[in-house]
Amino acid sequence: MRKALFTILLLIAFPLAMQWLGYLFYVSFASRVMIYAIAATSLNLVLGYGGMLSFGHAAFVGAGAYVASILVAEGVASAWIGWPAAVAASAALAWVIGAISLRTRGVYFIMITLAFAQMMFYLVNSMKAYGGDEGLTLPRRAELGLGLDLGNEVVFYYVVLFVLLAALYALHRVVHSRFGRVLIAIRENEARVEALGVPVYRYQLLCFVIAGAAGGLAGALLASHGKYVNPNVLHWLQSGTLMIMVILGGVGHLWGGVIGAAVLLGLEHVIADYPLPWLAQVAPNYPQHASLGVGIVLLVIVLFAPQGIAGLVSRKRHA
Amino acid sequence: MSWILILEQSLNGLQFGLVLFLLAAGLTLVFGIMDMINLAHGSLYMLGAFLASTFVQLTGSFLAGVLLAIPATAVLGMLLEVSILRTLYTRDHLSQVLATFALILIINELVRLVWGSDAALPMPAALSGPVELLPGLRYPAYRLVIIGVGLAVALILYLLVTKTRVGMLVRAGASNREMALAMGVDIKLLFTLVFGAGAALCALAGSMLAPLLAVQVGMGENILILAFVVIVIGGIGSIRGALVGAVLVGVVDTIGRAFLPILLGAFFQPRVASAAGPALASVMIYLIMAVVLYFRPQGLFPARG
Amino acid sequence: MLELRNVTKRFGGVVATDDVALEVAQGEVHALIGPNGAGKTTLIGQISGSLRTDLGTIRFMEKEVTALRQHERVGLGLARSYQITSIFKRFTVLENLALAVQARSGSSFSFWRPVAAEAALFDEARMVSREIGLAGRLEVTAGNLAHGEQRALEVGLALATRPRLVLLDEPMAGMGPEESLRMIALIERIRSGVTVLLVEHDMDAVFRLADRITVLVNGRVIATGRPEAIRADPQVRRAYLGDELAA
Repeated sequence: MRKALFTILLLIAFPLAMQWLGYLFYVSFASRVMIYAIAATSLNLVLGYGGMLSFGHAAFVGAGAYVASILVAEGVASAWIGWPAAVAASAALAWVIGAISLRTRGVYFIMITLAFAQMMFYLVNSMKAYGGDEGLTLPRRAELGLGLDLGNEVVFYYVVLFVLLAALYALHRVVHSRFGRVLIAIRENEARVEALGVPVYRYQLLCFVIAGAAGGLAGALLASHGKYVNPNVLHWLQSGTLMIMVILGGVGHLWGGVIGAAVLLGLEHVIADYPLPWLAQVAPNYPQHASLGVGIVLLVIVLFAPQGIAGLVSRKRHA
Repeated sequence: MSWILILEQSLNGLQFGLVLFLLAAGLTLVFGIMDMINLAHGSLYMLGAFLASTFVQLTGSFLAGVLLAIPATAVLGMLLEVSILRTLYTRDHLSQVLATFALILIINELVRLVWGSDAALPMPAALSGPVELLPGLRYPAYRLVIIGVGLAVALILYLLVTKTRVGMLVRAGASNREMALAMGVDIKLLFTLVFGAGAALCALAGSMLAPLLAVQVGMGENILILAFVVIVIGGIGSIRGALVGAVLVGVVDTIGRAFLPILLGAFFQPRVASAAGPALASVMIYLIMAVVLYFRPQGLFPARG
Repeated sequence: MLELRNVTKRFGGVVATDDVALEVAQGEVHALIGPNGAGKTTLIGQISGSLRTDLGTIRFMEKEVTALRQHERVGLGLARSYQITSIFKRFTVLENLALAVQARSGSSFSFWRPVAAEAALFDEARMVSREIGLAGRLEVTAGNLAHGEQRALEVGLALATRPRLVLLDEPMAGMGPEESLRMIALIERIRSGVTVLLVEHDMDAVFRLADRITVLVNGRVIATGRPEAIRADPQVRRAYLGDELAA
């Protein structure tokens, strides 16, 4: 609990420090990390706690991003309309995809969620009216009113931080609630939960929808942040990236999504912007091959530390 | 919309479907027997194409290049299986998904380091002309060869799986692994061989399609999803299902792309048709998969139970 | 309480249960015995709802339940325990039982209130733990329990849903003599509150506990009746009991 408070205080103080130091770029970067943290946390709910291997989560993030963007592009700038609309759209999509996919199990489930996400990708790709494969550029970020200018990086950061902390708190409550216990039990032994009289399908579907809705919110924030959205947000490689974040950070751990997003995006940034001369001598273009490093790290983690960073930390504490 | 056009597109669909079958066959066996999700299957397809392009350049002959690429990819596949993939058989599906996803990233970048982002594999001159199948129907010879090879492989696989001892072991393993183990099958060797066979089929598919599509990093991922849709529709572990599913997917996808916009144009305004047509066409396959799964969640020809 | 008629189930070419008629009266302990592969677990599966019958009807408490899904039958008061232990290995004993109690007590679509605050759930779970003899092991992770304790927990999970009829599928599977005695005592303790359909191979336990016995061989019922009658039945002795009783 103390570690959490400390982290929160750090997160609150961060942009003020950056502003004072003049490194405003990092505030925007941090916002982006936190948005991905929200997306990864939403996946953590369905994957880490619910045990459902959804390989199409990017579809929900992307749906939210596109709905929010289309509204802004069409002149509806209010975030009070745009963001709830994004959440509603992703929730509806998650309902449809989940209702069909959850009738299957195991490998089939993974493949279907993957396939549905690709289907969304192609659908969005063919929407010429909204940029097609070139994407959609927005004239501005959404408007929140209340005297808050989301165009200001620091203000935007605090809004995103608020959403992230709210999401983490909500996850914490859900995990410890009746719903959460049933969900975790389903992950542990689905057949037995059904044998105890619980309609497993309904719980899994609801979890899927909640996670999808939260992903949609992350998508809406993402679209506002970059003022740009393109179909790649829905691509299955993006779903894979989110999964990497979750497992890197710690599947089924509260801060898993946050840690994973921070580490992955942080590493990416460091590799791209801070050249290592000795490595550059061996492989001149190594930043372009950053995926190789990511792949190796991921493989090592899966093979040797499947509990992720949060898992390693909590194991050390218990040892 | 002439009959010639329909026939042509149907043949294209059949051709695409048979190539998908080559990919799906290996994939469905690996799933069915080893119960392992291998996302890197598409990477073997890509490796096959890149290796073929190198061998073709070295030997000057398309046939030699392809024939060399197949065992080369099979060997690489088996090395991969023995070193890394073997440890994943007993792991949960999430670990398999993530580990093989990691392999995709790694193999993509290694290919980029060795070959660059793409390679060239031109169509063999001898086959680049059309063949007159029916009066008025001239169809590219190369595509006919693909269809021929695909059908031949399907037949060989069918004979292998149903008529030989190895095939029986494979089928037994697909429907009940514990029983196969109990019967004393050297499971490790069987798995490695099955994996190698799958890799060989990938290489064949990759090198045959290469002159028609581009040989580039990332080509594996695009076709991988379709291969997964095929085996989900066909039923995991079933070669018959893979063939039926693949031809179905290939034909529906090709004909959908060719004719849906036209069909829509008959009912809707051209603006709507031209926007909705391609969208609906890409989505057709997934709709079919959803429908199949709604009625038969185990696919059309499940190998188990 | 439970009535089966013409219950038949085929797997491919194999007939696992063949035109089975069975009747369990309220309050009794009814044993189902037979050689391995006789179809006992398949029958239990069909009664509990995890397997669909191909033919026949199942009536529970005067209601036709043949078409009902498993979780719906549990709601009516029909619970089962598994031959192969199927507990929540990473939960503690208390958490295991609390989950079962929670499953029975209304909807779990509650997202905000922490379960830990629901004292009633845990009190009930403690009560069940006393019935199954695990009251002293509440904080142990289920995966770390001894085999006999896990089997007790297995039964406990079914009991925690407060069923009217509980299907016990070989509760003594893999147990040594001491553990078996404890399980027999457990069943003796619970029989006053719940009707039991007991599948077992342990003949000592069966003859000590059962009010009536049904014998299943190759998917068919070959005899049903009071223990003395079954023991004396020549068909049963030939097909199943023979050597075991002669020894």
